[in-house]
Amino acid sequence: MPSEPLVAEHALEFPGGYTRTTGPVIGRFLTELRDGRIVGVRTAEGRVLVPPLEYEPETGEPVTGDYVEVGPAGTVMSWAWVESPRKGHPLDRPFAWALIKLDGADTALVHAVGADDAKAMRPGLRVRPRWKPEADRIGHITDISCFVPEVTAMVAPIRMEYRVRPGRSLSRFLEGVRDGVFLAGRCTHCDKVYVPFRTSCPECGSAISEEVELPDTGTVTTFAINNLPDPRAPEVPFVSAYIQLDGADVPMIALVADVPAHEVRQGMRVRAVWAPPEERTLSMANIRWFAPTGEPDVEL
Amino acid sequence: MGNRCAVIGVGQTRYQTRRRDVSIAGLVREAALRALEDAGLTFKDIDAVVIGKAPDLFEGVMMPEAYLADALGAAGKPMTRVHTAGSVGGSTALVGASLIQGGVHDRVLVVAFEKQSESNATWALSTHLPFNASLVVGAGGYFAPHIREYMRRSAAPDHIGTLVAVKDRQNALKNPYAHLRIPGINRQMVESTPMLWEPIRYLETCPSSDGACAMVLASEDKVTGTPAWVHGTAMRSEPMARADRDTVSPQAGKDCAADVYRQAGITDPRREIDVAEVYVPFSWYEPMWLENLGFAPEGEGWKLTEAGSTALDGDIPWNASGGVLSSNPIGASGLIRFAEAAQQVRGMAGEHQVDGARTALGHAYGGGAQFFAMWIVGAQKP
Ligand SMILES: [Zn+2]
Repeated sequence: MPSEPLVAEHALEFPGGYTRTTGPVIGRFLTELRDGRIVGVRTAEGRVLVPPLEYEPETGEPVTGDYVEVGPAGTVMSWAWVESPRKGHPLDRPFAWALIKLDGADTALVHAVGADDAKAMRPGLRVRPRWKPEADRIGHITDISCFVPEVTAMVAPIRMEYRVRPGRSLSRFLEGVRDGVFLAGRCTHCDKVYVPFRTSCPECGSAISEEVELPDTGTVTTFAINNLPDPRAPEVPFVSAYIQLDGADVPMIALVADVPAHEVRQGMRVRAVWAPPEERTLSMANIRWFAPTGEPDVEL
Repeated sequence: MGNRCAVIGVGQTRYQTRRRDVSIAGLVREAALRALEDAGLTFKDIDAVVIGKAPDLFEGVMMPEAYLADALGAAGKPMTRVHTAGSVGGSTALVGASLIQGGVHDRVLVVAFEKQSESNATWALSTHLPFNASLVVGAGGYFAPHIREYMRRSAAPDHIGTLVAVKDRQNALKNPYAHLRIPGINRQMVESTPMLWEPIRYLETCPSSDGACAMVLASEDKVTGTPAWVHGTAMRSEPMARADRDTVSPQAGKDCAADVYRQAGITDPRREIDVAEVYVPFSWYEPMWLENLGFAPEGEGWKLTEAGSTALDGDIPWNASGGVLSSNPIGASGLIRFAEAAQQVRGMAGEHQVDGARTALGHAYGGGAQFFAMWIVGAQKP
């Protein structure tokens, strides 16, 4: 059996770091960075290189001595998302490396973009530098901590709190459903029965005073099979149906259950399924849903 | 009907899921400036501004008209906000037209918008008030049962809704402002999408859009350029909870159509109208409104759809622009119908122009199909 291979950790590091001479062009760039400005240098052809280079890459000619302030905003040309930052990365949370073309520059600069998530990144994204505090700036590319997207949207939390009173007619109706009955109102002028109970007729405007107790059976006139969950009906599919209670002239909307959604039919006879009396409150939640009675369908 | 009134400028924004690049003010201004440019005018030439949008809860800005006055050049001028739910765009045009017809103003800017991306319409339409158990989930949840009832009564084959969904999206491919542009859209593509609120499939539903539309309306002696003349205007509403209300073919819709046809001298809409822009947010509403608006006898609207009569090359094209099924900035959707009707009779509808269109219907409905707004516009002076 061979023995375990020998392993040792080793670091190669020049003590204190190399002292790198910048030369006049890069030196100017870093000096400006320390002062919180970003400059590029103009080439003989008039292009602005950012970061500046000492020699124009296409012609090999020295760049001009003309320095141009660019940005500070710029546009992301391309990017790569770093999900797990490593030691030595500029940010300790996920970020993007991006090619950023600063306003007024003809070339792109590589830097980190501190975006909330990868979905926030796209070519064309407008970004601005986030500078280190002046006292911490030393004339280094890391004087810019990172770039961050421009502000294009804000979250506006809006919350209104109401005290809702159900009103006389709905209160009366809810007392009924607490007691296990559907209270309706009959317009004596139109001879129409409205449920829930209401105090005025939507057709003629007359006051309604005649209360009518309706049975808890009715007919499904039409319905939707909902495949999008709702807080009040989290399981899908659920059926919301127009149910015309026996003796009523308008339908009510309620859930239909105890039957597979695709077996619900227009004309189906149904009966309310009530919460047990001890659980009832002044609320429509007392009616859990309507369930088929098993009677033959009604011809609509 | 009062003094003559004409559309002399139309402006639309591109409709899309999110307009991240503009504020609400920037959005409405974009449409307004395009309408003014079309009319060859500036804000200075406008006497009054009428603005419409759907419920404030959609963007969470209360009374946005106050904040938008600057963007619409309304300082020192009358500014009115209209609200009739989904039909509001149509009602906004009609309120503007009435200011001209009544002789109050000579040039009125009408604008409508929605920036749906700022919240979620289904949330805004399903606010679950205490004590109430309406169980309606958004607009689709509300309209699905009425579509089902239409299908039962008319015995229309199941694929009619699919045909409308395909036809309107094919038209949208010819409209540079349309939101949903689906190359190669076909029946199989629509039928493979899931049921959201059965019988409504995903691709039989309108999108959620950001966008704005604007028009400049003028009195007769201020008409410039190519006008679309207003031949009839009508609005109707009806109570939602009335006994015996026909939710498939609401009486208010029939009455509104009868009124606008009478004003325009139309007795046979299918023959006398050349093109219609009708509010169809769910595909089945095309056959339903074909009947409600008198283009087909009761129970037979689907036959026109099936025969291709409502296609761009049919005898009565409906929604040549792609309609609400292709672009739906809710508050603007009605005004877009009215504006597209005007563009057709002006001969300025571009690639989706119906050849020789002389008379067009613009239609909008809203709420639980309880608000209706319609106009007839024509190439000729009434
Ligand atoms: Zn009555």
